[in-house]
Amino acid sequence: MLPRVGYETVKQSTREEQWAAWLRLAIKGDAQAYNRFLVDVTPQLRRMARRRCDQFGAPASEAEDVVQEVLLAIHLKRGTWDPSRPLGPWLATIVRNKLVDSLRRRGRHVNVPIEDVADFLKAVDETHEAADRIDTETILARLKDPQRDIVRSISIEGQGIRETAARLKMTEVAVRVALHRALKSLAALYRSE
Amino acid sequence: MKTDDLITLMTHDAPVSMRYSRVLALAFGASVVFSAVLLVGTVGLRHNMASVFETWRVLFKIVITLVLAVLAARLAVRIGRPGAEIRLTALSLGVPLVTVVAAVVVELSVLPEHAWRARLVGQNALFCLFFVPVLSLAPFAGLFWALKKGAPENPAAAGAAAGLAAGAIAAAIYAWHCPDDSPLFLATWYVIAIASVSAVGALLGRRWLRW
Repeated sequence: MLPRVGYETVKQSTREEQWAAWLRLAIKGDAQAYNRFLVDVTPQLRRMARRRCDQFGAPASEAEDVVQEVLLAIHLKRGTWDPSRPLGPWLATIVRNKLVDSLRRRGRHVNVPIEDVADFLKAVDETHEAADRIDTETILARLKDPQRDIVRSISIEGQGIRETAARLKMTEVAVRVALHRALKSLAALYRSE
Repeated sequence: MKTDDLITLMTHDAPVSMRYSRVLALAFGASVVFSAVLLVGTVGLRHNMASVFETWRVLFKIVITLVLAVLAARLAVRIGRPGAEIRLTALSLGVPLVTVVAAVVVELSVLPEHAWRARLVGQNALFCLFFVPVLSLAPFAGLFWALKKGAPENPAAAGAAAGLAAGAIAAAIYAWHCPDDSPLFLATWYVIAIASVSAVGALLGRRWLRW
């Protein structure tokens, strides 16, 4: 069992423990810790997705869509991680399943061995974001009304929950609920693509 | 959409509204209570329960359905958690299975051959086939709701596990009413009822439990 730690005390521990600590805080509502986790995980996911796409001669923009799908899966299913257990096996399984699922839907039949995914917990890589294939306007057009406004407000205009709620004359709770639903809709859009 | 924008969105949705362990506890708790009340409120407990409890057949029926329900529920709990161990949990279902086969062999050896048929058919076979699935409805719905929030690797297998657990819970509840005690009855009608619920679970799971 991993000890409960804040970020300043885990400088020497491994990346996995660091991620677990951030995610544990995030589940309780610490947005900053969650952001650190996501920003740190993404380059690793990107490296894996790129490697798979290169293998099939698929463009980097397709890899970026795969990255977003995996991120959405991590986000929507993070409640299934038991914080008293190590993060590694949970994360590796969810990443592998979504990676295989996403690539298969794009017509690339793959079999990703779990060891391959487990490796990414250790590797360090600084790959930068590629152009995405599905642009924001296309996605926004497919969302329903309060969700669309909220997504635009938070992601493009960089507003917080409170400002968005004030501007749209909604309660903060309603904005949070709509945001959560919007993320679910995004995952569904990818699935139905 | 830019990945950075997506991360911004997710960051604003950081807290988890209900932890998966709580979802599961709620699904099991509410549905077991519902089905137990449904049994007591409709057909009721077997009236001579206390007096028949000492016979091995009744005790066996009660205990084995309970063991199956607990083991199947364990599998249904784990199957929605990425990275959780499920192979051994699935294999553990062999224990009640082998025990039922052994009980059938014992029953066949202690009963004269002409009594086999009557014990197998029992008094309430059709009602058992009807009421076990009815009692499984609430646990079935509860477990599907929970697994929808889970992340099962194989949706059909997860649906089958949910159906098996729902059917086994229903059987464990129905056993408190059922007047047929022979392991021959149990191995036939209970098994058909539970397997049907599990098969329906597999079919629905393939469609509903994808994520």
